[in-house]
Amino acid sequence: MIKRNLIAAGVAATMLSAGTVSAEEVKIGIAAEPYPPFASLDSSGTWVGWEIEVIDAVCSAAELDCVITPVAWDGIIPSLTGQQIDALMASMSITEERLKTIDFSDPYYNTPAVIVADKSMDIEPTPESLAGKIIGVQASTIHQAYANEHFKDAAEIRVYQTQDEANQDLFAGRIDAIQADSIAMADFVATDTGACCEIKGPVANDVAILGRGVGAGVRKGDDALREKLNAGIAAILADGTHEEITSRYFTTSIYSE
Amino acid sequence: MMNWRALMQPHRIVLMALFAAFVIWCALSLRWDWIPTYAPLALEGLWRTIWLLVVTTVLGFLLAIPLGLAQAIGPWYLSVPARVFCTIIRGTPILLQIWLLYYGLGSLFPQVPWIRGSELWPYLRQAWPYAVLALTLSYAGYEGEIMRGAFASVKKGQLEAAQSFGMPRFTMFRRIWLPQAIRSVLPTLGGETILQLKATPLVATITVVEIYAVSSRVRADTFVVYEPLLLLALIYLIIAGLISLLFRHIELQVPAR
Amino acid sequence: MEALLESLGLAQSLELLSLTPPGWGGNLLRGLVHSLQIALGAFGFGLIIGLFGAYGKLYGGPVTRDLLAIYTTVMRAVPELVLILILYYVGTDLINQAAQAMGYGRVEISGVVAGIWVLGIVQGAYATEVLRGAIQAVPSGQIEAARSFGMPPFKLMRRVTIPAMMSFATPGLANLWLIATKDTALLAIVGFSELTLETRQAAASTRAYFTFFLAAGALYLIVTLCSGVVFGRIEKWARRGQPSLKGASR
Repeated sequence: MIKRNLIAAGVAATMLSAGTVSAEEVKIGIAAEPYPPFASLDSSGTWVGWEIEVIDAVCSAAELDCVITPVAWDGIIPSLTGQQIDALMASMSITEERLKTIDFSDPYYNTPAVIVADKSMDIEPTPESLAGKIIGVQASTIHQAYANEHFKDAAEIRVYQTQDEANQDLFAGRIDAIQADSIAMADFVATDTGACCEIKGPVANDVAILGRGVGAGVRKGDDALREKLNAGIAAILADGTHEEITSRYFTTSIYSE
Repeated sequence: MMNWRALMQPHRIVLMALFAAFVIWCALSLRWDWIPTYAPLALEGLWRTIWLLVVTTVLGFLLAIPLGLAQAIGPWYLSVPARVFCTIIRGTPILLQIWLLYYGLGSLFPQVPWIRGSELWPYLRQAWPYAVLALTLSYAGYEGEIMRGAFASVKKGQLEAAQSFGMPRFTMFRRIWLPQAIRSVLPTLGGETILQLKATPLVATITVVEIYAVSSRVRADTFVVYEPLLLLALIYLIIAGLISLLFRHIELQVPAR
Repeated sequence: MEALLESLGLAQSLELLSLTPPGWGGNLLRGLVHSLQIALGAFGFGLIIGLFGAYGKLYGGPVTRDLLAIYTTVMRAVPELVLILILYYVGTDLINQAAQAMGYGRVEISGVVAGIWVLGIVQGAYATEVLRGAIQAVPSGQIEAARSFGMPPFKLMRRVTIPAMMSFATPGLANLWLIATKDTALLAIVGFSELTLETRQAAASTRAYFTFFLAAGALYLIVTLCSGVVFGRIEKWARRGQPSLKGASR
């Protein structure tokens, strides 16, 4: 029995070393936690959403053999630098802080950050109005960084692992407001759960923290892949694919120069 | 307590030198510049971890006594629920229990409108009561099972002797039964408490800011991945060491049979 | 009226849990299969480590023993969640760097394999202690008798030590298996699609947090209870031909 185990371990080890990746295959990391309407798992177990379709379009335009690989949002940058994935396309904004660790492609969408709160509450997206309130944000996002920097007078900034859990707690009334992406929030307030709440408006821009749009992340120095992704993004923007996908999900454009 | 002779064997000196070299390498070649910025937050987190650990083990142990007693001698309408409770707690992951209590209950709140007007609402809005409840129930479930065995192992003759001297039932429980049961579980208590310590970081997923959550925050803010985790592991090692020293000390205080 | 509402609520839950889309039951079951795969692999890997660890602790040289003591102490004192993060990020990074240094290019590590490797190392520490205790419980006369007849060490392990220690090790190993199944839930935090993460995704998509967490809890509980029955049988089998050993598991 033990001998058999040893053989099995040996076989597993050889299979591991034999399973090296062919040069063309590119693992695109997405967040394993649902982030509708950009990327979420449906009940048949497939990933759907605007960003998933864009990934497919970019990859086929750039002639890359992409494999969508879900990893934890909280560990998505370590997964990239640790080579578990080759690129990440997970609605990640291009910010100065992140550029110190990874490189980004050109942006493929950009949307403002907004504050959402209960309809009955008189809240404005300003530090004064949010003073003494409990604000929910998703961990490791620009919104967390922004809230920590600009909403210092808030009673508490509560950090959730997923955007959905923050939405859920706003619905449950445990927090007063959330700061998040405008499109994700427009989707949320249109649901039954989100009916309690409305978008109170965009927060004042701070490019250093909020960044300049969402791009695909690649490892530092991986210029070959970055160029290919840039070409793919440029191609789908030019031939109308980007617009076509957008029109099926949203009423307005979510890309601007 | 440590035997110097045992420490000064040649191979141990070599091992210690290697370990010291590793520590020095870590100190010099890894990034530690984030420590001063996050030290106050880390201390607060450490305090909350210890607070959670102490409060939930004490409450859990107090709850384990009736649970163990009910299973050992209770009538069926007490022993069956107690056994079912222990089985459920021990048979499901604590992460799931925490999420069920926090998000599961939270999703039911909006269906009971009066709850937001109640006096409990300020507590129900926060995360720590759920963390305390989940960790307490978990500890009680595991320890209740152990207490059952401990109560059952107390010799019948002693109880009969006490009874024949006309000792009231509660006095008998307090003076004879409970002390002996506690003495017999004492060697397992240290281990159970360390297991409880290892469960505390899970409450970070429901927004309680304890020491693990602080390390996640550092990772999210600075993109330094390994260093906070290594420091965190060291902190947990030290706490676990202190716990086992404490329980060894308590065990020495209790007279041996 | 109330009964009607309740039945409506139940019907809704059942629809959410049905095995075919739009129900999420299929996803949960797929997650359960992944969880069991990882738990089984980690348990097996942990047993291999544990066997070597136990032998090392009992018969190894002073350096081996000290290193193993450090391994078991650290693994049992640091929360699994932290260990999983460290082993997952550092481990895969190191393997890739080593593979590249040897000129293999990048190594493909699937989620299941990574989960097995991470949990297996944690399990190994506990298994080392369980098996060490069990080997020590084997009457030394039996091992000495086999040695005196010139039985080679490997055969001795296979024919004497392991069969004799099985009955002592089974309760501890049963406990370890339960820990393995429950620890797979922690992999949800690093993004493996096992039962807990599938549950989280289903709950977030449908907002039926209560229903799905309860359903997942029931699945874990079924696994635990079935395992209890199986290990009870194994223990009975391992103790065949032995006099009653009541209390030997303490």
